[in-house]
Amino acid sequence: MTTQHITVTVNGEAREADVEPRLLLVHLLRDVFGLTGTHIGCDTSNCGACTIHVDGESAKSCTMLAVQADGRSITTIEGMASGATLHPLQQAFWDQHGLQCGFCTPGMIRQAAWLLGQNADPSEAEIREGISGNLCRCTGYVNIVKSIQQAAGEMRTAAETQVGAQPVAAS
Amino acid sequence: MTTETTPRTSPEIGGMGHSVKRKEDPRFIRGAGEYIDDLVLPGMLWLDIVRSPYAHATIKGIDASEALKIPGVLAVITGADLEKAGLHWMPTLAGDKQMVLPTTTVMYQSQEVAAVVATSRYIAADGVAAVLVDYEPLPVIVDPHKALEPGAMVLRPDRAADKQTNRIWHWESGDAAKTDAALAAADVRVSEDIYIPRIHVASIETCGCIADWDAVRGQMTLHMTSQAPHAIRTVLALVSGLPEQNIRVKTHDMGGGFGGKVPVYPGYVLAVVASLTVGKPVKWIEDRSENLQADSFARDYHIHAELGATKAGKITSLKVKTIADHGYTDAAADPSKFPAGLFNVITGSYDFDNAFVEVDGVYTNKPPGGVAYRCSFRVTEAVHAIERMVDILAHDIGKDPAQLRMENFIQPEQFPYKTPTGWEYDSGNYGVALQKAMDMIGYDDLRKEQAAKRAKGELMGIGISSFTEIVGAGPSHDFDIIGLKMFDSCEIRVHPTGKVLARIGVQTTGQGHETTFAQIIAEELGFPVGDIKIEYGDTDTAPYGLGTYASRSTPVAGAATAMAARKIRDKARKLAAHLLEASEEDLEWEPGKFSVKGSPDRFKTIQEIAFAAYTNHPAGMEAGLEAVDYYDPPNLTFPFGSYICVVDIDKGTGQVHIRRFVAVDDCGNIINPMIVDGQIHGGLTMGLAPSLYEAITYDELGNNLAGTFMDYLVPTAVETPAWETGKTITPSPHHPLGAKGVGESATVGAPPAIANAVVDALWHLGVRNVDIPMTPQKIWAILHEKGIS
Repeated sequence: MTTQHITVTVNGEAREADVEPRLLLVHLLRDVFGLTGTHIGCDTSNCGACTIHVDGESAKSCTMLAVQADGRSITTIEGMASGATLHPLQQAFWDQHGLQCGFCTPGMIRQAAWLLGQNADPSEAEIREGISGNLCRCTGYVNIVKSIQQAAGEMRTAAETQVGAQPVAAS
Repeated sequence: MTTETTPRTSPEIGGMGHSVKRKEDPRFIRGAGEYIDDLVLPGMLWLDIVRSPYAHATIKGIDASEALKIPGVLAVITGADLEKAGLHWMPTLAGDKQMVLPTTTVMYQSQEVAAVVATSRYIAADGVAAVLVDYEPLPVIVDPHKALEPGAMVLRPDRAADKQTNRIWHWESGDAAKTDAALAAADVRVSEDIYIPRIHVASIETCGCIADWDAVRGQMTLHMTSQAPHAIRTVLALVSGLPEQNIRVKTHDMGGGFGGKVPVYPGYVLAVVASLTVGKPVKWIEDRSENLQADSFARDYHIHAELGATKAGKITSLKVKTIADHGYTDAAADPSKFPAGLFNVITGSYDFDNAFVEVDGVYTNKPPGGVAYRCSFRVTEAVHAIERMVDILAHDIGKDPAQLRMENFIQPEQFPYKTPTGWEYDSGNYGVALQKAMDMIGYDDLRKEQAAKRAKGELMGIGISSFTEIVGAGPSHDFDIIGLKMFDSCEIRVHPTGKVLARIGVQTTGQGHETTFAQIIAEELGFPVGDIKIEYGDTDTAPYGLGTYASRSTPVAGAATAMAARKIRDKARKLAAHLLEASEEDLEWEPGKFSVKGSPDRFKTIQEIAFAAYTNHPAGMEAGLEAVDYYDPPNLTFPFGSYICVVDIDKGTGQVHIRRFVAVDDCGNIINPMIVDGQIHGGLTMGLAPSLYEAITYDELGNNLAGTFMDYLVPTAVETPAWETGKTITPSPHHPLGAKGVGESATVGAPPAIANAVVDALWHLGVRNVDIPMTPQKIWAILHEKGIS
């Protein structure tokens, strides 16, 4: 089968591959690039275990072809922590027991990150609506909601501190 | 009555009662877990499966020639190939047999028909699409009642001459004559037909494996999703003839189990056969549709129950007749003596003398049923039936359902309590749990609100479930699976520097064993929980155990862990006596050290003692500090709880809205309160799911109508209420830690609370029962018929 050459920025690093046009993006990440933190839980785009960010937008990577990601920038769960320092969402999921088997967790955290980017101070109902494309079979969502609330609070505090220190900061 | 386990250890040690943050989480939150599909072995090939579109058909031929022309397709395995090696059938855990691949007849839609081995995931799928199978459809039986009719087509002619019927077995429990007499004498009799539909665990990770045959060493390594790896190793040895020491079953991180990863599926066996054939590692990962259409299912119980009582509402008798749809083979993972699991726990939390239960297992053209959905042993079905019947009785005699329960509960002083079907409940305090739930939710005010709303024509309901669970299988005199007694195990090794490695015979699928089992050792020996590493799931290293299902990890392996730790403490006492030059009797233990009675400054820490075990042990004592325990529980444990659900029903759409749900659980002493709450939240959600959303249904041709997540409605965060939880603590008198187990309680207890709430909202309209799932269309149809909607 013919292949197509693509260049994708993954977690800040430019990566290239020759792929079949039919290759799913999630398989590019997992099987070609070895980034197995993004999971596959269904075949109908319902479960959200494969959620990543493509150019800052939340996307289910089982529902995109790898070739559609050509020239675009992707972040996965592996790109969230900076070294030993966890992202506030990762820390909050640990603190609040927001995961059990861990299989939905990377997608759930990626979706929550997108949600908090849209809405820094979501209500419980907005959080529940915001993660309703991601299925969890273990937690009953109670502690996932708490985790996202904790992270939202910490991220708002950090943003306010940053704004206070650097009034003109654009980042 | 207490409501929390007061920790005996410091937070630094982190023993029982501390909400220790989970040790396994750092890898999961970074996406660094290692699930089966994450694993890649050198030279690995892929296996994919051709499945039947028909629920019942004769296979007239399989043509693999086009598939084999595809570059990268290496082999196509059919039933005929397996038959040559005698591997086309395999035993089920229930003593029936199932096909690995059919040679003549397919028995359910999506049954495995052939396997394609290829060099990549995509090429294997291409191969599957290119295999041509010639089917001749046969008549289909999907209704177990029709399967039992005289003259019905016999679905399993392979069985013995005296078993040429679709009745797999008949099982009964209790005293039929006494129960009939008590029912005849009862002032009040209520009866109801209750159907509990087929559902699927749908763990977010599906099943899969990599079989890795090393021909040079004669070694088979099977990496797989299994809740019971040791049992799999033994079954594999018996079926394949490979020597058991040359078989290594290894699990990795698992994305949920809930019982669905207990059975041996054909895909695992096919990967083993393929690896033996081609001499390379072969990976099989099922996709979600395959998972929902072909893996083992739960429930599918058609229950008829009759309850007898006095005028005042004192229950006297219960009679139950049930048809159990097992699909085309009995692949349930029930203990050998219990083909209907522990269904005869159906007398529930109530004190009465007369009960009789009978169950018929039946074959139909469906995938293997009767397995698990966060409850393996039919406790959910039993609890649903008794809790629905008690509610119907209360409504029929005009008594508040809470009051009727209070008046019928087994009282605390009656424990240990012998039930009319033969169980001995270890401990309980049911009234306190129900009262706590009523106080938390404001029961009396809700009843007033309901009366006011009803007067205005609004539909509001309040439902109670006061369940008794039965977990921790089990005592070896009664409990085995394929002859293997249901003990469990732990091996603890204390290293010279005072760090600990422990291996357990059970297997986490997300419950947090790496944390809770470390807490048990911390509790017993005083090592900080961070110094204790827990391993499991590698049959080359872990002690033999029967695995994790039926909420048995804490009751059985947790007890083994405590007992192994106590053996180590006994040796530590001798070492401490040697180091302190004192007699053993003069030493006293507190978590983490032995000190001389009356001289608290003369002590040795457990770490100092551990070092001495390797550097300064007394003459005549073996070096080292290790122990192993195989724990055979004296009885099962009986967790319980009371749940109250409040629903509002939309008259226009039939939509049920759960306004509040309070769950008061009693699982005995608690190891980690945070994890227990998490287990209850998850269990409640898996109780909600079949109550309102999930069901696997079939049309008359045996087509699965809920075979993807588009149609099988796993609740999202929007459908799931904000669960409210509370605790009472009634320790198990026979468990070394006083613990009982909790994983399944909420899944067992929640559905009748929701169903009772919905029926309570509709009772005044003449509605006595609504079978789950109580979907909007089902409720709307009722309201429409009653002229409400």
